[in-house]
Amino acid sequence: MLKTIPMPRLFTTEYRTLSQIRGPLVFVERIADVAYNEIVEIEGPDGDVRLGQVLDVDQQHCMVRIFIGTSGLDLQRTRVRFTGDVARLGVSLSMLGRALNGAGVPIDGGPPITPEQMLDINGLPINPSMRAQPSEFIQTGVSAIDGLNTLTRGQKLPIFSGAGLPANELAAQVASHASVTGGNGSEPFAVVFAAIGITQRETSFFMDQFRASDSMDRTLLFINRADDPSIERILTPRTALTAAEYLAFTHNRHVLVILTDMTNYCEALREIAAASEEVPGRRGYPGYMYSDLSSLYERSGRIRGKSGSVTQLIILTMPDDDITHPIPDLTGYITEGQIVLNRDLHRKGIYPPIDVLPSLSRLMNEGIGKNKTRADHRSVADQLYALYAEGRDLRRLVAIIGEAALSTEDRRVLEFANRFEGTFVGQGTASREIAQTLDAAWDLLSPMPPDLLKRIPREFIEQYHK
Amino acid sequence: MMNETHTTGKIVRIAGPVVRAAGLDNIRLYDVARVGEIGLIGEVIRLSEGLTTIQVYEDTSGIRVGEPVYNTGYPLVAYLGPGLLGQVYDGLQRPLNILAEQGEEFIQRGVQASPLPAEKRWHFTPRVSEGDLVEPGDILGVVQESRTIEHRIMMPPNARGRVTKIREGELKVDEVAAVVRSEEAGGEIEVTLAQRWPVRQPRPSRMRLAPREPMMTGTRIIDSFFPIAKGGAAIIPGGFGTGKTITEHSLARWAEADVVVYVGCGERGNEMTEVLEEFPKLEDPRTGAKLMERTVLIANTSNMPVAAREASIYTGITIAEYYRDMGYDVLMLADSTSRWGEALREISGRLEEMPGEEGYPAYLAARLAEFYERAGRVDCIGNRGGESDNDARTGSVSIVGAVSPPGGDFSEPVTQNSMRVASTFWALDYNLSRRRHFPAINWTNSYSLYDFKDWFEREVADDWNELTQEAMALLQREVELLEIVQLVGPDALAEPERAILATARMLREDFLQQSSFHEVDRYCMIQKSYWMLKAIMDFHRLTQAALERNVPLSRVTSMPVIPLIARMKEFPAQSAEADVQELMSRVRQDFSTMGVN
Repeated sequence: MLKTIPMPRLFTTEYRTLSQIRGPLVFVERIADVAYNEIVEIEGPDGDVRLGQVLDVDQQHCMVRIFIGTSGLDLQRTRVRFTGDVARLGVSLSMLGRALNGAGVPIDGGPPITPEQMLDINGLPINPSMRAQPSEFIQTGVSAIDGLNTLTRGQKLPIFSGAGLPANELAAQVASHASVTGGNGSEPFAVVFAAIGITQRETSFFMDQFRASDSMDRTLLFINRADDPSIERILTPRTALTAAEYLAFTHNRHVLVILTDMTNYCEALREIAAASEEVPGRRGYPGYMYSDLSSLYERSGRIRGKSGSVTQLIILTMPDDDITHPIPDLTGYITEGQIVLNRDLHRKGIYPPIDVLPSLSRLMNEGIGKNKTRADHRSVADQLYALYAEGRDLRRLVAIIGEAALSTEDRRVLEFANRFEGTFVGQGTASREIAQTLDAAWDLLSPMPPDLLKRIPREFIEQYHK
Repeated sequence: MMNETHTTGKIVRIAGPVVRAAGLDNIRLYDVARVGEIGLIGEVIRLSEGLTTIQVYEDTSGIRVGEPVYNTGYPLVAYLGPGLLGQVYDGLQRPLNILAEQGEEFIQRGVQASPLPAEKRWHFTPRVSEGDLVEPGDILGVVQESRTIEHRIMMPPNARGRVTKIREGELKVDEVAAVVRSEEAGGEIEVTLAQRWPVRQPRPSRMRLAPREPMMTGTRIIDSFFPIAKGGAAIIPGGFGTGKTITEHSLARWAEADVVVYVGCGERGNEMTEVLEEFPKLEDPRTGAKLMERTVLIANTSNMPVAAREASIYTGITIAEYYRDMGYDVLMLADSTSRWGEALREISGRLEEMPGEEGYPAYLAARLAEFYERAGRVDCIGNRGGESDNDARTGSVSIVGAVSPPGGDFSEPVTQNSMRVASTFWALDYNLSRRRHFPAINWTNSYSLYDFKDWFEREVADDWNELTQEAMALLQREVELLEIVQLVGPDALAEPERAILATARMLREDFLQQSSFHEVDRYCMIQKSYWMLKAIMDFHRLTQAALERNVPLSRVTSMPVIPLIARMKEFPAQSAEADVQELMSRVRQDFSTMGVN
């Protein structure tokens, strides 16, 4: 639960000097001894206590952002108390298996969390000199990811989705597969799931998935629903990542963090920026959105000398499927690659509808190969990619000149592209082991004459080409 | 240069990284202030009567109105001396690897550590004697900093006088190496191995010189078609995933520079880790020394405070200029200047300044120009370099700045303003990267304004310029022909035109594409590039001749020697010339069976 450690003060001053309430912001006058980013308790006329945070302070006034919404507050009776501390989350190992709201309050009807530590939810940047290079393969069970865009421990990889595309299904599948196999072994594993502004239907979908896969006791949920105050969305990923860092670096777990849906987070950020009359940047999002997002995404990685890791799977919805929209654009600049979902594939009934051409995992090379996945992995992935890209180009050409005008070789490539989408990418909901993924790849490559497989060294062709 | 009045003020307002304080009399613009009881580092960015505006380089959470602000009396300085090479700094030159050794897994606020290894002793060999007159920039003596870099201890740029004492021996960086009696300063100046210099102020030079030769980078498309000058500036704009960082990493590895300063400005932490794990293992192909021995890293990752990101660029360029002043060719890589521009925008927003284009401050163009103009080849101040005492030293700083345009759209302000000041433009192309054509530098809209024709003729080959021009013309022709193919299909083209497509494809796949992961291909010497290009253009000439003799194109394109042309990339550098010549003679033989010579 989001708590504060009160500073040793002899007395607490309570203010009743609100001058303005504007959207999620409250302005307090005639204050003294207030700290920047300090947590504030606000008691409305109905007696409800809400938390807020100081965003701007001078000698007379301060601007406070209220996390749980401002409805029901008034200027006359609302009381404000300054707690003297920044936002902290009480963390403990017993959080696993629980469901909390964005501020860390249990919403599953269970008892409150007894904290072992109180941690600043903003965290601290990892010293770049202390980082260890992500190099361990995480098996997700999804061929288009494991085979072509491999995820590694400590990586941050977003799924760029569109409205109506099955990103959540994919995330749930990855999470439950990873937590069953521990990614790929018996090492201690945990999933931290942060739902940011998602609907009741999506919430219950995830809950059911986690229960069904029998992985609830390794899962910690932070849930901010679509009808919860949007301002709480600012807190949700921060509390979730604080818990994740604690599990990874204090308790040596490999933690997979799922953040969904970051588009809702960015909307909340824009709402606050507009309310505090900041100069808007592109499409009205604040100019510091890059810095703000990276303060979340960069909280993944490995630290030298520690066995735990934080890996992030970030889901966002591209407004109007536009990859150049600021949300996917800024995300792509920070994350180590992206998995892009494609509406055409989805319409064809292919699940998961991953378009491998714009997808990328920047850390793939470190995580694959001999002793990690299989020696032929890199060259098989390159070959699949090259042939599929060629097949997609040919499809465009066929639309102009007709299939009859193609050479035999081109027709083979075209056929390959169709089968690649249908069977390799479109694997359905079943999970595949990495060896099965690579075998599926060779099933596709085997009808091609070995001469066409320019990217695969001869030794692998001899070994696997049937 | 230091101000002795240390007044203390009081915080009156805090908004994120911008703090306003009252009561700081005598503080100057750009002086460093320590903010709050924990002493966060900040810099004065605006003065008005009684009110000082400070941008704080660390997170201001928990700081209260009323807490003290101290004036240090110094501007933001870099600490320059032996031991810089191989270090990893944040934007304020805090030594991250030294902090890591002390167990700092996370970067705490207010931490302090000396940027240079304080206890290490260096063997100092004097180059002047007692009684000598020394001018600013004169070399007092040297320290062997790494296997390849002799660190020249120079008179600070603002001091001159007569040497009264100089000592040879094992010295720590802050120990006095020489004492100089100065009339101007009215006393004695103690010169240590290290000196300080304000980062926002360019280090002086005697004269700026025109760029004379290209800096070879080992990347074929850059060296052959769009070279950067020693002392020049280049920008690499590209959307995410187009390979900016990989290109910058290749330059950091293989460029022909004595010293490389790599500034990771608001980028990914794991990328810096990659450099940190790899550079101590890789060897510089020219000297055999480890790459880390010539590299200074500045890692201000995206989640580190935004104001320090703004400073990181200046810290980097100051270190680069310092090595330039010793007479070295220095390459400074900045990844990414867009993040720096965004830091300016963010601070400007907090200052409630009137925004210019896309919310960037109106002075964005001026700041970018100032930064890129710190690149250059110069006649260094001071004259006691080299072998003979009166040799003038020349050194250079070349800047390569990555730009991350939102949505990959080059019309945005940072790209446009950078293009105006950088003479070399390497445009990364999303379509190329999607086809896995790397480096994804687009050859139709990249350019280099430097003219090195004479240099290439002299250093590489007589026919270099013809060869590159022909190749480029072919690639341009391919673009036109492909448009036709898109409309009406490949059958509409005549055989000679299809031959052009075949050669252009060969140029693209077997010459322009270069793998930064392949053991041999990742670094290509210019001589090897020349022979590869010559082989392909020779093949093209023979193909055209064959077509004139009515040999069908399909007979040419099915020649068994063609896959070997694709293998040229893998020819080892030492034997590349002989290997390519052997290949060319095979090609000629095969053509002669068709009656073509």
